[in-house]
Amino acid sequence: METLLLEGNEACVRGALAAGCRFYAGYPITPSTEIMEMMARELPKVGGMFIQMEDESASLGAVMGASLAGLKAMPATSGPGFSVMQEHIGFASMAEVPCVIAHVMRGGPSTGLPTQPSQADVMQAAWGTHGDHPIIVLAASSAYETYELTIKAFNLAERYRTPVILLSDAVVAHTREAVTLVQADMEIEERPQPTVSPEEFLAYGDPGNGVPPMPPFGEGYRYHVTGLCHDVRGFPTTRSDEVDFLLRRLLSKISRDSDRLQWFDCWHENSETMVIAYGCVARAALRAVREARDKGLDVGLMKLKVLWPFMSTTVSNVLENCRRVLVPEMNFGQVSREVERVNQGRCEIFTLNKVDGTAITPPEIVRKLEEMHP
Amino acid sequence: MKHKEHLIRKYLRPSKKMPTIWCAGCGIGIFMHALVRAIDRAGYGKDDVVMVSGSGCSSRIPIYLDFNTLHTTHGRALTFATGIKLAKPRLKVITIMGDGDAIAIGGNHLIHAAKRNIEIAAFVINNQVYGMTGGQCSPTTAHGTRTTSSPYGNLESAFDISRVVEAAGAAMVGRATVYHTPLLDRLIDMALHKKGFALVEVIAQCVTYSGRWLGLTSPADMMQWQRDNCVRVERAQGLSEEELAGKIVIGVLTNRERPTYNDEYRKLFAEVSKI
Ligand SMILES: Cc1ncc(C[n+]2csc(CCOP(=O)(O)OP(=O)(O)O)c2C)c(N)n1
Ligand code: SF4
Ligand SMILES: [Mg+2]
Repeated sequence: METLLLEGNEACVRGALAAGCRFYAGYPITPSTEIMEMMARELPKVGGMFIQMEDESASLGAVMGASLAGLKAMPATSGPGFSVMQEHIGFASMAEVPCVIAHVMRGGPSTGLPTQPSQADVMQAAWGTHGDHPIIVLAASSAYETYELTIKAFNLAERYRTPVILLSDAVVAHTREAVTLVQADMEIEERPQPTVSPEEFLAYGDPGNGVPPMPPFGEGYRYHVTGLCHDVRGFPTTRSDEVDFLLRRLLSKISRDSDRLQWFDCWHENSETMVIAYGCVARAALRAVREARDKGLDVGLMKLKVLWPFMSTTVSNVLENCRRVLVPEMNFGQVSREVERVNQGRCEIFTLNKVDGTAITPPEIVRKLEEMHP
Repeated sequence: MKHKEHLIRKYLRPSKKMPTIWCAGCGIGIFMHALVRAIDRAGYGKDDVVMVSGSGCSSRIPIYLDFNTLHTTHGRALTFATGIKLAKPRLKVITIMGDGDAIAIGGNHLIHAAKRNIEIAAFVINNQVYGMTGGQCSPTTAHGTRTTSSPYGNLESAFDISRVVEAAGAAMVGRATVYHTPLLDRLIDMALHKKGFALVEVIAQCVTYSGRWLGLTSPADMMQWQRDNCVRVERAQGLSEEELAGKIVIGVLTNRERPTYNDEYRKLFAEVSKI
C-alpha cells in the first residue's frame, strides 16, 4: 500500500491504470485536462496508447475502436465536451462497447463557468443521448473515492458491456489530499469471452445474464457491430420481435443486477433528519452534520456513490426511518426529484440549491438544517 | 464466372443478408465487388481485416462481408478506425464512407486522419448526393444542381475531396469511377498496401437521386457520363483550367512516404523505455 498526495484527476488516472486501462483518447477541457496530461505521460510507460483527438466525439469513437480491439479504454471531459460526446455514448450503449467516461462537472449551460464546480449534469449523464438506454453513473466525493470508483467503473463497464460515467466536479478534481492506494483489495474484472466456437457464437444473444461475451476483433470471431437495432447476430433489423428483445435485454442486463449497485455511506442512519448528498457537496454535508449534532440536532448523512440506476430501494429504506430529508445540490434539483419520487409523500423533503459557481459550504447546510427544525 | 462464385462463397456472409438494400443499378455494388477482388488478391486472412463504415447507403457494405465489421455513426467511421489501428496495429483497417459522411459531418475527422497519417485504407463513395436520406445536396453536389434540399439550384460549389485530403497530408490519394474499373482495381490495391493514410475517391452513380438531378435516367447513361466527363491525371497536366472545367481528374493524385502515427508511437515507446 502506497500513500500519495493526489488531486481527484490524478487519482482517476491511478485508478484507471490499476484497473488495466491501456488506451486514452481525449480533447483538452477544464477542469478535466489533468487526466489527459497525466495519461499522455503515464500510458507509454506501461505499454499503453495515448492520442489527442480532434474533438470529444472523435475521442469516444477512438476509445470504442480500441475497446472493440480488446483494450480497456477511456476518455475524460467536462461540460461542452460531454455534450459533444452524447451521440457516441448512445452508440456505446447500443452496440455494448465497454468504456469509462470521466466527466468532471463544471458550471453550465454552454461554456458556462469553465473553472468552477457544478452538479448540473446528473440528468444529462443518464439521458443526454437519445433513446431509452442503459447507463451506469457513479459520483466521487474525494480523491480516494475517485481512485476507487474509477477501478469499479472499469469493472462494471466490462461486466455489463456498457458505458460507465464517473462524475466528479471541479472541487473533487482539483483538491489535493492523501490517497492510500489499496488496489490489492480490489478485484479487477475482465470482459467475459465466448465459450463456444465462432460458428455457434451469437454476438448479441442472451447467454442467461443478459450480457453477451465479447471477443476482440481479430481473434477468429468475425461479427457485425452496429448502432442500428440488430438481431442476435448483430445484423440490422426492424422486426418488432427482434427490436423488442434487444431493447429489453439492454435495459434489464443492468436493472436486474441493481442489488449489486448499492454503493453509499451512511452516518447516524436512523436520525430524525437525513441529508442525502453526493460529490463535493457530500464533504460539506459531513462536516455540517457533525456541527449540527454538536448543536443538538438529530441529523445523519447518506452519501450516494451510484446515481444511476438510482438506488431506489436503499434510499427508500433510509426514508422509512426519518421524518425530514435535505438534499443539497449544486443545481436546481436533479437528485432531489429522484428522492421525492422514491419518497411517495412519506417524509418532508427540503432542498438547498446553489448555482453561482461556488461550492456549498458546511455553514450553509447547518443553517438550512436549523431552519428545517421547528 | 467461376472466380466470381468463389469470391461470393468466400467473402459474402451467407446468413440472412440478401438481397442488399441498394437500388438496382446503384454504383455501390460495383465498388464492393472491386474491393472484394482486391482483398482476395492481397491474400489477407478474413480475421485480420476490420471494415469500418459510417452511415449512408455506401456504409452498408460491411454488413454483407465476412470480416470484423463495424457500422458506426454518420461521419465518424475514421475515429473508430483510428482506435482499432492503434490498439491492434497488425489488423488491416479499411473504412468505407459516403461523400456526406466523409466530408460534411465527418470532414474534421477526415482531415485529421490524413494529417496523422494513420495507416487506414479509406474509400469514399462519391455519388454527389445524400442517397440514404432521399437525395439532398451533399458537399460534392455541383453548383446550380436542383436536389430535394436545393429546389432552386445549389448555391454552393463542390468540394474536391481528393484535393482536400491530399492537402491534409495523406500518404496516398487516388480517384476513379466505377466505370473505370481497371484503374479502380489498381487504386484499391495501392491503398490496401500503402503504409499510411490512403484515400480512394470512388465516383459512383446514385441512379435513384443524382441520376435524376443530372437528367440521366438509366445506370448505363450514368456510367457513360462517367466515361465522358473524366480526364486522366497524366493528360490533365497539359490542359488549361478552361479545358478542365467540369471534368473529373482521375488516377493516382498523390503517392508519398511519410511516417505513420504508429511509427511515431513505436519511436516514443523506445524512448520512454530508456527513461
Ligand atoms: C448525426 C446524424 N445526422 C444525420 C443523419 C442522417 N443521415 C444518414 S445517412 C446521411 C447522408 C448520407 O449521404 P452520404 O454520406 O453521401 O452517403 P450515401 O447514402 O450517399 O452513400 C444522413 C444525412 C445521421 N444518421 N446522423
Ligand atoms: S439511393 Fe442512390 S446511393 Fe442509395 S442505394 Fe439507391 S442508387 Fe444507391
Ligand atoms: Mg452520397
